[in-house]
Amino acid sequence: MSRHTLSVLVENKPGVLTRVAGLFARRSFNIHSLAVGPTEHDEISRITVVVDVDALPLEQVTKQLNKLINVIKIVELEDAASVQRELLLVKVRAEGPVRTQVLEVVELFRAHVVDVVPDTVTIEATGSPGKLTALLAALEPFGVREIVQSGIVAIGRGPRSITDRALERVSRSA
Amino acid sequence: MVQGPHPAPPRRSAAPAGTPEAREPARLVEPAAREAAPAARPRPVVTEQVTGAKSIVRSLEEAGAEVVFGIPGGAILPTYDPLMDSTRLRHILVRHEQGGGHAATGYAQATGKVGVTMATSGPGATNLVTPIADANMDSIPLVAITGQVGASLIGTDAFQEADIVGITLPITKHNFLVTDPDDIPRTIAEAFHIASTGRPGPVLVDIAKSAMQTDTTFTWPQQLDLPGYHPVTKPHGKQIREAARLLATARRPVLMVGGGVIRSGASAELRRLVDESGAAVVTTLMARGALPDTHPQHLGMPGMHGTVAAVAALQKADLVVALGARFDDRVTGKLSSFAPNATIVHADIDPAEIGKNRAVDVPIVGDLREVIADLLPELAREQVQHGKPDLEAWWRQIDSWRETFPLGYDEPTDGHLAPQHVISRIGELSGPESIFVSGVGQHQMWAAQFIKYERPNSWLNSGGLGTMGFSVPAAMGAKVGAPDRTVWAIDGDGCFQMTNQELATCTINEIPIKVAVINNSSLGMVRQWQTLFYESRYSNTDLHTGHGTIHVPDFVKLADAYGAVGLRCETTADVDATIKRAMEIDDQPVVVDFTVSRDSMVWPMVAAGVSNDDIQYARGISPAWDRED
Repeated sequence: MSRHTLSVLVENKPGVLTRVAGLFARRSFNIHSLAVGPTEHDEISRITVVVDVDALPLEQVTKQLNKLINVIKIVELEDAASVQRELLLVKVRAEGPVRTQVLEVVELFRAHVVDVVPDTVTIEATGSPGKLTALLAALEPFGVREIVQSGIVAIGRGPRSITDRALERVSRSA
Repeated sequence: MVQGPHPAPPRRSAAPAGTPEAREPARLVEPAAREAAPAARPRPVVTEQVTGAKSIVRSLEEAGAEVVFGIPGGAILPTYDPLMDSTRLRHILVRHEQGGGHAATGYAQATGKVGVTMATSGPGATNLVTPIADANMDSIPLVAITGQVGASLIGTDAFQEADIVGITLPITKHNFLVTDPDDIPRTIAEAFHIASTGRPGPVLVDIAKSAMQTDTTFTWPQQLDLPGYHPVTKPHGKQIREAARLLATARRPVLMVGGGVIRSGASAELRRLVDESGAAVVTTLMARGALPDTHPQHLGMPGMHGTVAAVAALQKADLVVALGARFDDRVTGKLSSFAPNATIVHADIDPAEIGKNRAVDVPIVGDLREVIADLLPELAREQVQHGKPDLEAWWRQIDSWRETFPLGYDEPTDGHLAPQHVISRIGELSGPESIFVSGVGQHQMWAAQFIKYERPNSWLNSGGLGTMGFSVPAAMGAKVGAPDRTVWAIDGDGCFQMTNQELATCTINEIPIKVAVINNSSLGMVRQWQTLFYESRYSNTDLHTGHGTIHVPDFVKLADAYGAVGLRCETTADVDATIKRAMEIDDQPVVVDFTVSRDSMVWPMVAAGVSNDDIQYARGISPAWDRED
């Protein structure tokens, strides 16, 4: 099985995320991560979904997604042709002399400290999944108390916007 | 006769069989409805100040609905008030929401229009789950309107609240929740458009009671806002040319015709393709009637209970052209050994069907009518180039299968009726202009095998979901849609007991369907599996309705109680006379209790999960495939 990142443009309507997530569940497709948010157009939301499937089932995933009435467009973003980022917030023990070492790690990974109390710091980091895994590995020895992580968001490299054509359709039918 | 608040409209007199009107094949989706969304139809913009409830009624009228099968209840109640005054909508009060849903389905299949069913919130809506799932599996255009509790109560576990949009999410083509009355016309317009175009299917519109009770402006939308919905109907020329090349050069070609051909109204085009190509043809359970059974190239139904010739032809084919078929497990048997030597051309309006089960060599996305119409000239061109293919050896082989393994059955040894004989005679005496609607089980398979279908939409059944109880309500809906046709519900004693309450609806609304209960006093198909796979241990399959039992219920008395005519037939000598008697009655529903042998089994059979190569012609008898004659 291989990992694929799909950008799914959907109508910004209630229940659309449920439709997408429900489809994955009932067709037995594995979701690795899922992130949803607004786009530059009010009427369109963008779901970035990372799935673990082989090429043929992926085609079936895409076709089934396309059958959902609220799905406007699906694009697979290849690793090499896209920028993919996750957001990580992690609470780490950082008492006394250890604190400097923790901050060194933060510096090294170009992360930020967003909250400080006497015995812990909370760190914010964005990056590729690989970078964040490495960061977590580096923080592990200090004592990780809590982790929260977003799904991957991804955007294609270069000047083109995948919403352009989708939007043309929206305005044509409006 | 007792009349409801709406007197039933006068029934039209039956047209003599064979009139052009009676012969006109009903198409499931009318061309105008397919190609032109309401958007394309120029209409004067009319605005009316109405309640949301009235807006629902006006929208249904504008969407072209003529009949609504439903039952009122608390949350839909406001809509039933203006419905009473509508002169364009005939509401038929059913006895159970499931019956309403299946009736709308039968109506849709008989007329080619969108079937409409209406129910209240909570249990009313959940009772629609089965017919909605059924319509989804069999691609039937259905719009279900359900009342929902008032918008402020949604999510509070209010009385008769159920999240029917959530519940039906996986079993509808699409669904909507409407809480703003201004959204009613647009939503209903979209629902009808989605249900009837592309691959047809069920659409549910759940409308909050508060929206029905609020004043609004009714304007029938001039345009639809569906940016993500663009069904592809025009096939790709390159793929069509490739399919034509394969069809012109194959030595053992089979056209596997599925329900998509019926849905797209492509029977005439199919007939030409069959004649031009010279290929063998099989019609799946959903496609019975797409090509006349009398056509010499027609091998019958493939699959678990298909003919040996149809199953064998697919197994030995070098080319399978699947037209609106979805490679269902009941057709393919063990998928990995299905048609092992065949190149696959797969045409379907739903791209997701292509390659879903079987890898495809030539995929064609498009409306079957357009696909076949485009294929014909390309095939002719190829045949000019290569000459007509020599299929003589292929047909010799097929004919030997047909001669050696024709459809047949053994007379029962217990002295009771052979169900296959009863069903054959119903088909022969009633004729191909009739509509036959079955439930699910042995009687369904026999009706698919032993009735000769000559036209599309003359065979209605629950193929995908396998819904027991489909027959009576669907036959009722079909009869409402096609009042001039004889409509037979071919039902089992198990199925009949699931939905026979709709006989009341039939009697009161003057919908004279005919019900043949193929009464073997048991859940026959389950019993057959118990005979074959569970050492004849008959766990919970005896229904006590047949010969020599306590007859609970007595179907003749039951019919009588419902104001229908009840007849019973127990001997072969009486079969024809009983059927004729049933056919003479045209002002009341008729129920005929045919007490048949419970030991009759459906053959041929491919057991679940095994290869089609292991088809059994009768118990313990398998054809020897590689014997050279």
